[in-house]
Amino acid sequence: MGDLLRYRDDAAHEEPAVTLDAFLGASNATAVRIEPGEDARALLPHLDRIALVEVAFPAYRDGRGYSTARVLREAGYTGELRAEGDVLVDQVPLMRRCGFDSFAPRAEIDSATLKASLERYEFVYQGAADGAVPVWKLRHG
Amino acid sequence: MYQYDKYDQSIVDARVEEFRDQVKRRLAGEITEDQFKPLRLMNGLYLQLHAYMLRVAVPYGTLSGPQMHMLAHIARKYDRGYGHFTTRQNIQYNWIKLDECPDILAELATVEMHAIQTSGNCIRNISSDQYAGAAADEVADPRPWAELLRQWSTFHPEFTYLPRKFKIAVIAADEDRAAMRLHDIGIQLVKKDGVLGGRIFVGGGMGRTPMIAPEIKNFVTADDLLSYVEACLRVYNRYGRRDNIYKARIKILIHEIGADEYRRQVEEEFVAVKALGIDPPQAEFDRITAFFAPPAFDAGASDAIDRTDPDFAVWLDQNVKPHKQPGYAIVNISLKKTGDIPGDASADQIDVMADLATKYSFDELRVTHAQNIVLPHVAVRDLPEVWRTLDAAGLAAANLDLITDIIACPGLDYCSLANARSIPVAQKIASRFADQGRQRDLGELKLKISGCINACGHHHAGHIGILGVDKKGTENYQLLLGGSGAEDASLGKITGPGFDEDGIVDAVEKVTNVYLGVRADGERFLDTYRRVGMEPFKEALYG
Ligand code: SF4
Repeated sequence: MGDLLRYRDDAAHEEPAVTLDAFLGASNATAVRIEPGEDARALLPHLDRIALVEVAFPAYRDGRGYSTARVLREAGYTGELRAEGDVLVDQVPLMRRCGFDSFAPRAEIDSATLKASLERYEFVYQGAADGAVPVWKLRHG
Repeated sequence: MYQYDKYDQSIVDARVEEFRDQVKRRLAGEITEDQFKPLRLMNGLYLQLHAYMLRVAVPYGTLSGPQMHMLAHIARKYDRGYGHFTTRQNIQYNWIKLDECPDILAELATVEMHAIQTSGNCIRNISSDQYAGAAADEVADPRPWAELLRQWSTFHPEFTYLPRKFKIAVIAADEDRAAMRLHDIGIQLVKKDGVLGGRIFVGGGMGRTPMIAPEIKNFVTADDLLSYVEACLRVYNRYGRRDNIYKARIKILIHEIGADEYRRQVEEEFVAVKALGIDPPQAEFDRITAFFAPPAFDAGASDAIDRTDPDFAVWLDQNVKPHKQPGYAIVNISLKKTGDIPGDASADQIDVMADLATKYSFDELRVTHAQNIVLPHVAVRDLPEVWRTLDAAGLAAANLDLITDIIACPGLDYCSLANARSIPVAQKIASRFADQGRQRDLGELKLKISGCINACGHHHAGHIGILGVDKKGTENYQLLLGGSGAEDASLGKITGPGFDEDGIVDAVEKVTNVYLGVRADGERFLDTYRRVGMEPFKEALYG
């Protein structure tokens, strides 16, 4: 298990995440875990009581979690959004752009490599969930 | 042509450094081949049977003389002196060393080129009509739309780990020269009440389950384009199958849930996505469009031409197409000379084509999905000189769209997935029909060969298609008839039991003989097949 990486100022949420079914089954849980095949939109009515959404990445190839993150951020979710599982260093910048702000990678991520990779691209072509300004906006003010 | 500004250049330069770092980590053993694989694939680097293969992007098939020269330079310096133009309008090099790859990318970046997203489960290089900007039948130049999509799809954070690869084509004419409806998303630009918009087709593709894309939306304007395709992709990324790689393309999702249900989900998603403000303003669309303004044609150029040289006249009739500007023509350079490997060109030939583009075609070339090259804007008065130069370089084969203008994938000679060789079969068929009069008599006949079910050689879309299969350890070839990738798109049907390598060449000859025997006036092979059906062909093959 690699170290938890966080890009938030608040304290890490301690409560263990429950499954989506358990969460929707009228629990008081404030942390929930979404598996790749589950529909994050089911959480939308409850966003104000959620402090942590953990999105599972059982295999790095499975990219459904990227859409899960964007759906939640676009709906206004501001709590912690964690990518857990097979998260590789080269994926973290893309995940950050989709709105993830914490990472629980299965294998350790080298911090120097990660730093370089997060700083590498000065510009992005498209708007996403991270607030980066797309180049078309820079071109036209 | 589109030209990079500091933002485009910065992104491509950063990509070179990123890949340099990834290769360094791989060579140092910091990452395993398994971890490196998705990284190199995202950059067009495959591990083939004998070496690494690098696929370089030619966005919507358009490139300049200096860019073409760079492709020749790379062939000479890093490969064995040639390159292979692909059905995706790209170029691949088959003998690349991993440790040299970052330097190749750095050289490409100096002429605004790259290998970004030429493989991997992401949005691939956008393809388009090779006659864009030159064809008389287009409602607009489709390339500004393609460039808009290129920028939007480059390093799209949400769509880099899709269920499967994703291909988009944009055309702007009723005649479909880009096999648009055999793409994951096909866009045809049309005008409605004077306004330009796109018809959106989703869910086409080749592979083991070929499908022709249904229309999902009949009109999307440029200012909604990115939101609309983002919605299309998001529905796919969330619900496309990931349990079976053969069922992971978007065509299967749409086939399983139905076009109506898919459309409903996209419309719902579109409402949410549109509110995010991800569509660039008109000013950005205008900025891109300005790069594709027509070149400074000579308004007084004449269409008069001296046809006394018979070889020149044959080439003129077969390979030169009308241009929308009087006094100009579109020149197709066939990379299918008998005996050659379809789509291959030597470094010297690439240089010749680059020079011709600079001198006679406003510095522009195109790569076609039929693995040929186009000089889009040649003055009619320059055609004899262009032809002489091409002829001297072995590039004047007058066989565009004839039976020897064969599309063939690399097959078992290079590809690790292949069941059978494609190249030798293409060469044998080309030799059999080498006689110019014979091929011209057969007329338009699109023959396409794939070395396995993945269909990179588009065999389903061939008037005659050939599919290499493995039959108890030996190479065997199935014959298909009746496919088309054009505006009358259809999928070929298998004739029956397959053939060995020589048998398939004979089989092709037999079906062409049936055609010659029963064709009505003006009918192409495909038209005759559609009229008389499979039976007479089967009879000749197996009767
Ligand atoms: S069709 Fe098969 S053999 Fe041919 S290039 Fe594609 S994967 Fe390789």
